[in-house]
Amino acid sequence: MSSDTDAPASDAPPQLFASRRRLIFKGRNGLVASLTSSAALVAVILLILFATAGGQSFRFYFFNPHFLWIALRGDPVKAVSSVLGGIVTNIWIFLLCEVLVLFFGLVIAWVRITTTPLLVPFRLLATVYADIFRGIPFVLVIYIVGYGIPQLSLGALSNESPAVYGCIALTLTYSAYVSEVYRAGLHSVPHGQILAARSLGLTQYATMRRVVLPQAVRTVIPPLLNDFISLQKDTALVSLIGVVETSRAAQIGQETYFNGSFLTMSALLFLAMTIPMTRFTDHLIDRDREKRLAGAQ
Amino acid sequence: MNDEVLKMTSVVKRFAHHEVLRDVSLTLHRHEVVCLIGASGSGKSTLLRCANLLETIDGGDIELFGQSLLDPRIDPDLVRRHMGTVFQSFNLFPHLSVLENIALGPVRALKRPFDDVRDEAMALLARIGLQDRAREFPDRLSGGQQQRVAIVRSLAMRPSLLLLDEVTSALDPTLVGEVLDLLTDLATSGTTMLIATHEMSFARDVAHQVAFLDNGVLVEQGPPDQVFERPRHDATRVFLERVR
Repeated sequence: MSSDTDAPASDAPPQLFASRRRLIFKGRNGLVASLTSSAALVAVILLILFATAGGQSFRFYFFNPHFLWIALRGDPVKAVSSVLGGIVTNIWIFLLCEVLVLFFGLVIAWVRITTTPLLVPFRLLATVYADIFRGIPFVLVIYIVGYGIPQLSLGALSNESPAVYGCIALTLTYSAYVSEVYRAGLHSVPHGQILAARSLGLTQYATMRRVVLPQAVRTVIPPLLNDFISLQKDTALVSLIGVVETSRAAQIGQETYFNGSFLTMSALLFLAMTIPMTRFTDHLIDRDREKRLAGAQ
Repeated sequence: MNDEVLKMTSVVKRFAHHEVLRDVSLTLHRHEVVCLIGASGSGKSTLLRCANLLETIDGGDIELFGQSLLDPRIDPDLVRRHMGTVFQSFNLFPHLSVLENIALGPVRALKRPFDDVRDEAMALLARIGLQDRAREFPDRLSGGQQQRVAIVRSLAMRPSLLLLDEVTSALDPTLVGEVLDLLTDLATSGTTMLIATHEMSFARDVAHQVAFLDNGVLVEQGPPDQVFERPRHDATRVFLERVR
C-alpha cells in the first residue's frame, strides 16, 4: 500500500549529516569561526588607520592627544569653550525635555483615544498637532520656534535664552513622536480588559487610569527609550539657534585649531551618554521577549 | 412585590444589515437561573452584551427593576454596577494581584474604603478555596482558578444579577467541573443568573428556565424538563440531537 508520506523507493536510510562546508561552523568549530572573523575585522580597521597612505594624517586630525585634551579643558585665551562643559548643557536640556515629553506625549495620546464628547475639539487638535510636528523636519521647527517666538512679543516668553527655545522646539517635536508610541501601547491592551473594567462599572477615565495605562506603560518602555536616545542626540541641534553646547563647542575648537579631535571628543561624550541608555533599552527588550516566550509555552 | 429583575422585550440588534437578535423577549426573576443555549453565533453573547449596555439595541426595550435602560438619563456605568459580568476568556487584570482584581470595582467604582473591601474579598476567596493565592498574579493560577476568581470579582460588586458568557468554553475539560460546581453553589444560594452555556447537563440540572436561541430568534423557552425532553420546535430538537 502506498501513501502520501511514503519515502522515495530506496533501501538506504536518508542522508542526515551536515555537509562538510556547514560543519566548519558547527559545535566547537563555531568558536574558531567567530574568533577568525573578529580578528579579520580588527585587522581591516587597523590596516586602514595605520597602513594606508592617509592613515597617519587621519589619526593626527581626529585622534591627536594634545587637542583631545584641549577639547576637554577648553582654551579661554582663544575663546574656545570646553566640549566637556558643553555636554552639561546637552544633559540638562535632555533631562528637562524628557520629563516634558513624557507628560505631553501622554496627554496627547490620551486625548486622541478617549471618546468623551467634551474632548472632541481637542481630539481633532491633537491629531492635527501630531501630524504637523511629525511631518516638519526638526531643523525647521527649531528655526521657526527660535526666531519666531521672540518676534511675537509675548512678554517674558519672548525674552528667553535660545536654550529655552531649543527646549520648546524639542518638546514640540518629540511629544508628537512619543504620543504615537503611547497610543500604540494603549491600543495594544486587549479589548477584553476594557470590557471587563467597564462591566465592573468603572468609568472611562478609571478604566484608562487603572487598567489600560498600567498595562500599556510596560509594553511602551523600550520604544520610548529608543526615542529618548535620539532625543539625547538631537540636543546637539539647539546649537542652530546659537546655543553653545558640546557639538558647537567642538566645532569652534575645530575651526580655531584646524583639528578634528574636538569633534572626536564631543562624539565620545555623546557615546558616554547614549550607550548606557541603548544597553539598558536592549536589556529591557530582551527581558520582555523572554517573558513573552516563557508565557507562550 | 414584582420580582422581575431583568426584562427584555422584543429586543432587536443589528450589525450593519445583519440582524443578530430578532424580537427577543426574556425575563429574569429574582433568585432565578436562566440558561441560554444555542449554537455559536446564535446571538447568546450579543444578548448578554445588550443587557449590560456594552451594545446599544436597535429595537425593543430592556428594563432593570422596572426602569427602562433606554431612558436617556440612564448612566451605563451605574447600570453595570448592578450586573456582574463574567467572560469566556476570564479577562482578569494581569497587572493586579488576585486580591486587587477583586477589590478594583468596589474601591474605584463604588468608592468603598479598601480595608472593608479587602475583608470581603478575602471571604470571597475563602469561599472558592483560594485565600492563600490572594497576593499572586492571575497568570500563576490555572484557568479554572482564574475563572473562579473572575466570578467572585463580579460578586464583590454585590450585583443584583450575574451575566455569564460561556464561562467554561475556554477551559481544559478537566477544569470545567470546578467552575460549574461554583455556579451550582451560587444557584443553590439564590443568585440570580443569566448563563449562556454549551454545558447541557449543567443547564438541565441547575436552570429554572432554559431558552434556546437559533439565529437570533428565541425559538423556545421553558423549564429544562420540557425543553430537553419534549422540545416543541424542530430547530430545538435538531440542535439538541447534535450536541447530545
